[in-house]
Amino acid sequence: MGEVNFSQVMEQNRLFVDKIIEESGQDIRQCYQCAKCSGGCPGSFAMDYLPNQIIRMLMLGMKEEVLKSQTIWVCMGCNTCTTRCIRDIEVAHVMDTLRQEAIKAGYAEKGRLVTIFNNVFLSTIRSYGRLFEAGLLMMNNIKTGNLFKDVQFGLPMVLKGKAKPFPHRIKGRKEIKNIFEKIKRMEGK
Amino acid sequence: MPKYALYPGCSLETGGIEYGMSSHAVAHALGIEFLEVPDWNCCGASSAHMTDHLLSLALPARVLALAETLPVTEMVAPCAACHQRFAAVEYELSRDEDLKRKVNSLLERPYTGKVKLRSYLDIFANPETLEEIRKKVKRSLKGLKVACYYGCLFVKPPKVVNFVDDPENPQAMDNIMRALGAEPLPWPYKTECCGASLGMTKEEACTKLCNDILKVAKDSGADCIVAACPLCQQNLDMRQISVEKKYGTQYRMPIPFFTQLIGLALGLDPKTLGFKKLFVDPAGVLRKVGAA
Repeated sequence: MGEVNFSQVMEQNRLFVDKIIEESGQDIRQCYQCAKCSGGCPGSFAMDYLPNQIIRMLMLGMKEEVLKSQTIWVCMGCNTCTTRCIRDIEVAHVMDTLRQEAIKAGYAEKGRLVTIFNNVFLSTIRSYGRLFEAGLLMMNNIKTGNLFKDVQFGLPMVLKGKAKPFPHRIKGRKEIKNIFEKIKRMEGK
Repeated sequence: MPKYALYPGCSLETGGIEYGMSSHAVAHALGIEFLEVPDWNCCGASSAHMTDHLLSLALPARVLALAETLPVTEMVAPCAACHQRFAAVEYELSRDEDLKRKVNSLLERPYTGKVKLRSYLDIFANPETLEEIRKKVKRSLKGLKVACYYGCLFVKPPKVVNFVDDPENPQAMDNIMRALGAEPLPWPYKTECCGASLGMTKEEACTKLCNDILKVAKDSGADCIVAACPLCQQNLDMRQISVEKKYGTQYRMPIPFFTQLIGLALGLDPKTLGFKKLFVDPAGVLRKVGAA
């Protein structure tokens, strides 16, 4: 983190902070930095900022730093922070909102593994209505360039009857496609 | 006869096939009826809620709306990750009429909220069914030491998942294991995250979390870790060999589903319960209870 002029960032990003509060439904201003969220976070060892620091940075209007952080993509959504928050803030929900915002505002790097994975995952749902695991793994490996990721599990999965060679297509595929399309129109994407 | 809508989710027929097999076998033996939600779709999982709020509600809401066409009042989702997505729909849409209207405008059939989500653990752990299980035990699991592993999403966050159990030290599965004659161990990693959602994208972090759980279970003297979530189970079972390689240890810790152990105690054939589908060989567990 470089130098930050707090009065400037707060002035510039007040609307952003309000938006996160509104979209997540969580009043982060209630946080008094007890850091229980970070103490219990199983992913903290892999984060650049701890969850309580993200909340504090958010309160200070540090949009860039928060949306560019690794933390929001390391969060596994286990909800331990939400469960333990003494100020009743759903911290994991805030992390979701920040990820969604990072994608919308163009902060989510296209090459990031989790971005690729989520896009491939959702495109299989959009096409078939259900997850097609074998297709997901193959597509993900091609798009990430890690061609051999988890291939050692492929044969045993097939032999145990745990991987299907073809996708199951639900009847309501059109309904699913409509959900995706309508959201796209609603959110003006 | 208790009757529930069943949402199998994508994993009960694939990665968690033994969870599906044992669930059906055990339900049949206990006189529980499952009606599968017709033409169900994927709940969207973490990819949807990381990407778009409306999408993360609309996908599971379509399923709940379809469940409303069945002659049931409750729906169960054996996968904890799916369960939590349905719980999020109930929680958020019951508190926000505008949001409910918005989500319904995306669906062909409106979601009313008339079919309620029930925790899959609870349909076995409630006092009446526990009594029924106790009466039907044919092969007691006496002497089997189990570490009950709940994972995150059946119990957290408590106000959303709406499951009356302690989110830090839940007892539902422990009580089921006791009814089977097994000895549930007190251990501190019951609800610690296994990192399954990072398995594809940040594997080294996921491996560390798995190692922590496996090590603590082993140190606690467990014969096996009992799972209730197909994502946790697959993570701890299939990836165990990679964890052992990375950390230079040997756990060989079988990770059966709780429904497989119920079936075993009810005297069902281990083959019907999908024990052969597990990656880590469960022969030690089967021998210990006289089922091998």
